[in-house]
Amino acid sequence: MSTQVPEQVEDESSAESVSPGKQKRDAKKRERAERLQEQREAEAAEKARTADDTYHLKVFRYDPEVEGKQEPRFDDFYVPYKQGMTVLDALMWARDHYDSSLTFRHSCRQAICGSDALFVNGSQRLGCKTQLSDLSEPVRVEPLPHADVVKDLVVDMEHFYDQMEAVEPYFQTNSLPAEDEEQRQTRENREKVKMSTRCIWCSACMSSCNIAAGDNEYLGPAAINKAYRFAMDEREGEDMKQRRLEILEQEHGVWRCQTQFSCTEVCPKDIPLTEHIQELKREAIKNNLKFW
Amino acid sequence: MYEHDVIVVGAGGAGLRAAIAAHEEGADVAIVSKLHPVRSHTGAAEGGINAALREGDSWEDHAYDTMKGSDYLGDAPAVETLCKDSPKETIQLEHWGMAFSRDDDGRVSQRPFGGLSFPRTTYAGAETGHQLLHTMYEQLVKRGIKVYDEWHVTRLAVSDEDDPEDRTCHGIVAYDVQTGKIEGFRARNGVILATGGLGQVYDHTTNAVANTGDGVAMAYRAGAPIEDMEFIQFHPTTLPSTGVLITEGVRGEGGILYNKHGERFMFEYGYANNLGELASRDVVSRAELTEVNEGRGIEDEYVHLDMRHLGEERIVDRLENIIHLSEDFEGVNPLEAPMPVKPGQHYAMGGVETDENGETCITGLYAAGECACASVHGGNRLGGNALPELIVFGKRAGHHAAGKDMKDAEITTGKVGDYEPADVESPVQLGEAGLGGDAVADGGATADLSGDEVVQRALDDERETIEHLLEKEDGIQHAEIRERVQKSMTEHVNVFREEEALKDALRDIREARELYQDVYVADKSRTFNTDLLQTLETRNILDIAESITVGALARNEFRGAHWRKEYQERRDEEWLKHTMLSWNDGEPELWYKPVILEGENKTYEPKIRSY
Ligand SMILES: Cc1cc2nc3c(=O)[nH]c(=O)nc-3n(C[C@H](O)[C@H](O)[C@H](O)COP(=O)(O)OP(=O)(O)OC[C@H]3O[C@@H](n4cnc5c(N)ncnc54)[C@H](O)[C@@H]3O)c2cc1C
Ligand code: SF4
Ligand code: FES
Repeated sequence: MSTQVPEQVEDESSAESVSPGKQKRDAKKRERAERLQEQREAEAAEKARTADDTYHLKVFRYDPEVEGKQEPRFDDFYVPYKQGMTVLDALMWARDHYDSSLTFRHSCRQAICGSDALFVNGSQRLGCKTQLSDLSEPVRVEPLPHADVVKDLVVDMEHFYDQMEAVEPYFQTNSLPAEDEEQRQTRENREKVKMSTRCIWCSACMSSCNIAAGDNEYLGPAAINKAYRFAMDEREGEDMKQRRLEILEQEHGVWRCQTQFSCTEVCPKDIPLTEHIQELKREAIKNNLKFW
Repeated sequence: MYEHDVIVVGAGGAGLRAAIAAHEEGADVAIVSKLHPVRSHTGAAEGGINAALREGDSWEDHAYDTMKGSDYLGDAPAVETLCKDSPKETIQLEHWGMAFSRDDDGRVSQRPFGGLSFPRTTYAGAETGHQLLHTMYEQLVKRGIKVYDEWHVTRLAVSDEDDPEDRTCHGIVAYDVQTGKIEGFRARNGVILATGGLGQVYDHTTNAVANTGDGVAMAYRAGAPIEDMEFIQFHPTTLPSTGVLITEGVRGEGGILYNKHGERFMFEYGYANNLGELASRDVVSRAELTEVNEGRGIEDEYVHLDMRHLGEERIVDRLENIIHLSEDFEGVNPLEAPMPVKPGQHYAMGGVETDENGETCITGLYAAGECACASVHGGNRLGGNALPELIVFGKRAGHHAAGKDMKDAEITTGKVGDYEPADVESPVQLGEAGLGGDAVADGGATADLSGDEVVQRALDDERETIEHLLEKEDGIQHAEIRERVQKSMTEHVNVFREEEALKDALRDIREARELYQDVYVADKSRTFNTDLLQTLETRNILDIAESITVGALARNEFRGAHWRKEYQERRDEEWLKHTMLSWNDGEPELWYKPVILEGENKTYEPKIRSY
């Protein structure tokens, strides 16, 4: 298609009865057509390059019910690369084009539902938030460590949910104003709790934590962060804060943390988890001093 | 069989609010949701919640803005209920601890939003939906409300009297994703659908993968009419590879749209000579698509949104999260390069027909949130009006289902009063001939069945369907069918709608329906079988795609988000009416009912929608 345009132009300009003005215009036209042609060729070359461009994924497979998958194994998938492609996109492509039984949780595709925390090339990441182009090949995709695998990349989240719910994860206050009036909160206080409210319950932090792996009852970084979110909210009041600190001070609470920072490193929402835990430890000490 | 007073299907903002309300009324309520509650797509909402909280503002002004925005296809009793209840419900969220952004005096912040005459959009940073969803889930935990999470609802248990208005919903059938168990759930008082959006009908959408319109499709097949399905909102700036939304704020701050020749097309091609990039969502979306269709798009797919000239400081200060979104989801650093953007499906104005108490025409069946149509958004939703809809109508549906004494609704449901039968000229047969739908059929004798028996029948039918899908050894896979329909919808039923293209879409859907007769599930496992679940969702996508296209073909005018090439004007003499579609035993039946423009104290006279 694209070669036709310059040819036509040439035919026309070689004809005899052409005025100088038209010749000039034609030359311009030719120039433009050539530029266009070049551009198209460059685009086509780019397309061909990207078509060859595949990513090699090694994906963990397991299904307790299916013969041949009861023994965990890795499957190889070669997925054609497109600019902007994430690990989740690649998994979806592999599932829709190669093997419809490839199983993983996902929903929002924008790092807000917290469904697709995976173990990618050895660290906890959200599949949807990880660009393939940032990874070395082959890209190893495994379920989150330290959790029971249900099937393929799906892990059992019950334990994580139990821990989250163990810290009375709901707002409690005794000083609510009238029904049609909001409780006041300073901007500073809102800023203080802001990062802690960003948690999407993906459990990447919990999976990365050695302490949680060794102590099944340890509340874990996400649950402690949830408690932090309320303990630091001035609207709850001092009494409630004391009560929250008591929950956190228990045997499997804040004191278990050995400040290894692994949780903070993997958190896709950039929540300063270790800092929050440290701050709660300091508050707990202050608290004890008060009563001693 | 499980049994509760009230069963809520879905755990996004609408479902959570409904469950809390039913619980407040003393009902034994349970939520059944295919996702864990915090995974719901309500979490993705960024902008805010419209509520007339401040002096100088009033619910009347909010109602006026909403009516105008709806292009006079909203029903006044629903619109006024939304605007009156929203302030109280927004404060309720604050009292539950929601982390709203704050003003210097410590009160919750509000900001201006498109189409609003007062800055009444109450927000929590750029993560209002996330904060709302988590705050309500916390309240659910506090009350100990039972959640069956990762249970996929596949069918409603509704009796099958001839007229849907005489039918009763007795419960649901659901599939336990982890174990593959199929169970019946009996609801003594009622079932509330809160299944959210239907963006997966298109191949490019801001909606989640789970937004497959299940609730709308299930209610439709059980006999509840669906309303104004053709009204789909598209957002002009979504990232091409994922559909992630880039907020209007970028253009508000001065971001510029360019085509592949580097032309500022909004002005250079005269799409909006005054407002340029700041024209309304539908105008900008159509301009972008025109550029691409006429060969001036980049990679024949998208255009560029450039904000580099704003300078790093200003971008970091005001639009920081956009840098992350563009880098994480498109691999483009917007401080160094323009962002690729294109229009994407965003919101469904239509849904299951309800009144302002959330009730459908089927006794005991309710709907709330994006899957419902009361209607508050009419032809076009204003930004910031969906989240208040969740909390206002979610609560009302929860209260009503739990038996609370409430004022009778003014909106009627089902074929009563002033309705108008109609026809659409389809090039192919519509619906699923030969299939009776989901209402429990028993040779017409179900009026005598007990509620338990209706649920049992529905359960038996569903088991059979699922067994068949799992036993079938070969055929076609759902992904192929789904992709065809999604592509066709994006190509033919987008911001541009022309008769022939709409007919092509109906042909494609017909073809896909025929292919679906031969669908099979390759994964035979009972454990976490997403292949099976997506196959069931694909059936819903087919029914929904058809309903959108039929409504679009029938509506010969340009109103709100619905543009027709052949009819470039809003035609109030003929079209101040809702498009209704009834399943009618598998042969979709089109009819209309009038819009209610009479409010409590005034009538909303249609005016030209110009800003
Ligand atoms: C990117 C984005 C930004 C937005 N920003 C705003 C904004 O700023 N302001 C505003 O007002 N609106 C906004 N909206 C619109 C608004 O967020 C949605 O309309 C609203 O959140 C939908 O809530 P919902 O409760 O109806 O559904 P969802 O939150 O989608 O929840 C649906 C629930 O139903 C469940 N479900 C679905 N099918 C089944 C089934 N078959 N069985 C069992 N469970 C099922 C799901 O698990 C889920 O829990 C935005 C939308 C998007 C996509
Ligand atoms: S704290 Fe971060 S890593 Fe942990 S669950 Fe929350 S979002 Fe995920
Ligand atoms: S898919 Fe929702 S966080 Fe990745």
